[in-house]
Amino acid sequence: MHRLEEIWLGLSAGILILFMVIVGYQTFALGMGPPSNKENIDPEQVDQTAPFDNPGVKKVGENEYEVVMTLQAFGFTPSDIEVPAGAEVTFTMTSKDVVHGFQVAGTNINAMVMPGHIQEITHTFDEPGEYLVLCNEYCGAGHQLMSTTITVK
Amino acid sequence: MEAAKTSTPVENKEETSLKGTMVSVLFVLGVIVVMWVGVFWLYMSRV
Amino acid sequence: MEQSIKETFREKANKGLGVNPLDAKISKSYLSVAFITLLIGGILGLVQGLQRAGLLELPAWLNYYQVLTAHGILLILVFTATFTIGYLYAVLSHTLGGLLPKVRKMAWVGLGLMLLGVVLVVITILMNEASVLYTFYPPLAASPIFYIGLVFVVLGIWSCSFGAFINYNHWRKNHRGQVTPLYAFFAMGVFILWFFGSIGVTVEVLTLIPWSLGWKETINVMVSRTLFWSFGHTLVNIWYIVAISAWYVAIPKIIGGKVFSDKLARVVVILLVILNIPGGFHHQIIDPGISESVKFLHVFMSTSIAFPSLMTAFAIFAMFERAGRKRGGKGLLGWFTKLPWGDVRFLAPMIAMIAFIPGGAGGIVNTSNQMNQVIHNTMWVVGHFHITVGVTVVLTFFGITYWLVPFLSKRKLTPQMNRLGVIQTIIWTVGMIFMSGSQHLVGLLGDPRRTSFTTYGDHEIALSWVPYEYVMAFGGTLLLLGVIIQVYAVFNMMFFAPKGETEFPLGEAEENEAPTPLWTERWSIWIILMLMVVAMAYVVPIVDFVVNGGPGSPPIRTW
Repeated sequence: MHRLEEIWLGLSAGILILFMVIVGYQTFALGMGPPSNKENIDPEQVDQTAPFDNPGVKKVGENEYEVVMTLQAFGFTPSDIEVPAGAEVTFTMTSKDVVHGFQVAGTNINAMVMPGHIQEITHTFDEPGEYLVLCNEYCGAGHQLMSTTITVK
Repeated sequence: MEAAKTSTPVENKEETSLKGTMVSVLFVLGVIVVMWVGVFWLYMSRV
Repeated sequence: MEQSIKETFREKANKGLGVNPLDAKISKSYLSVAFITLLIGGILGLVQGLQRAGLLELPAWLNYYQVLTAHGILLILVFTATFTIGYLYAVLSHTLGGLLPKVRKMAWVGLGLMLLGVVLVVITILMNEASVLYTFYPPLAASPIFYIGLVFVVLGIWSCSFGAFINYNHWRKNHRGQVTPLYAFFAMGVFILWFFGSIGVTVEVLTLIPWSLGWKETINVMVSRTLFWSFGHTLVNIWYIVAISAWYVAIPKIIGGKVFSDKLARVVVILLVILNIPGGFHHQIIDPGISESVKFLHVFMSTSIAFPSLMTAFAIFAMFERAGRKRGGKGLLGWFTKLPWGDVRFLAPMIAMIAFIPGGAGGIVNTSNQMNQVIHNTMWVVGHFHITVGVTVVLTFFGITYWLVPFLSKRKLTPQMNRLGVIQTIIWTVGMIFMSGSQHLVGLLGDPRRTSFTTYGDHEIALSWVPYEYVMAFGGTLLLLGVIIQVYAVFNMMFFAPKGETEFPLGEAEENEAPTPLWTERWSIWIILMLMVVAMAYVVPIVDFVVNGGPGSPPIRTW
């Protein structure tokens, strides 16, 4: 193999491995991995299964909240959420029907919410403002209407 | 590795410089790095 | 012995006399279907782009999601598959000395099955019975006819895949001790990956049919999704191998250069075949139900797939540099300007290659584990696949037509048609820069994909996306113009161009290159390695989904 080609392949492989090391370290040492919750639920019994029998915003600590949320074509329950600035919020979610996506525009909050599965994602809302929450996985004729807001005061 | 060439010792493609190739692929790597770092920076700014 | 003398004579006769008319008819039929499909898919694309920007209101009987489903399936599945078969069957015919009669039959059967499948799929989409998009994720449930149609399309492709295997193996039996022609080797890689890559989704669709018919009460949503992406991801690399087959073999001849390294090209194909399927989870990085470790394994596999592309980058640039210097290019980069930029057969694939620089880079970003959260399901992804398949793959395909269609039709590529091709290429490139560029940017701002026109109640951030959507619509308009010109060019070259001989560009190896070792032809080993790697990546999670999957979901219709 041509010497320059060897150098090229070694260098580019090295950069790719560096990328993997960075995101791998963040995931496995710093807990920054993608939302990967592994609990199951009967998708036809969501309203009767705790904690989804009582969805809403719950305070669980000093500026720590849990939002227990169900997603359904075409809305989020609870909607129009309000939290104080600096709040660390964990969203615990499931779908009552088809696959939905939970995205808060302008943040890293982006998680698939699937029927039969409980998904979790956590975010600290440092900046005040009104955040747009939307469903980013096609879920039917009203998909483009499926949105709500999170207001951080 | 290659059999010794005993015929015409005229310069052949063995000698063609591949420096331009190296510059080009390093540019490719540069684009990859810039794009990755850019999105990584955006990700970190939103953490 | 006598058999192989007959074979060699037949091959030489073929090369001398040009294309076998029976084989040409097959390729021309597939290419015709491909470009008619492109025209329809392209029109749908513009309709989508205009609606998405709020510039067009659709009639009551047609909603955005029907258009989107059709646009996706027609272009991603039908156009790419029919073009691939038309092109690669011509390659096999030319380099292997003609298609066997039974292989021709299989190609015709394949076309019939595919057309039947497409008709069934399109009918259900028009009836609003299948507004489930190209990914048809359950529990969204389409009409059973939709899924049956998809099965026919895949069976058609399998028929062609097996035909290719038969022809390839026949050549090998009659040429013991020789490696196959490089172009045929590429074709083999494509059809192997097509067959094995589609097994997962075929299993998925076969389970969806009884479910949508009501015979099976629930479906396992995660298994379905995973089986889909084991195919969906592989498909893009299939297109990639099809495109690079032209870069490695045809382009050197077109620019007056030589194939950089026959052996390296085959190693690239082998790596792509083995490493491909186990990357499917990079489409599922933010799914629940899959552990971070398994996701990271797939992320690693997906990143490793960048490696054959980086090898290709070096090989192709080196091929250009050698050819450019031979044409008098001086200095570090002077060879670059010596390449035949005015020849559409070079220009189109060249722009395709350049587009893969940001396209591939974007792919590495997408697969970087948690960085995926920045872009998943946003318009960034749409920008990404339009630049990779829409430019790298499709512009290579377009470039191929300018020699393939005249060759098959025993006509010539005229300077006028070449100039039209150059213009079309420029229009396409500009259109894609505007459209894909703005899609990448607005995706980073959070604009979601696969969503009909909306401002989410005039929310400030959603309103900020609209100007980008106008730019997308503008780009899309240029693209449809490009489609129309390209379709015109193909049919002109097929039926109306002046008669004559067109060369089938077959690159030759450098003079003192060492012969390619025969071990590269050990397809059974590559297939075994591929299956082992697939098992490594998928057995644990799929068993987990099945065993711990819960009751599953009933069919649901939300449109």
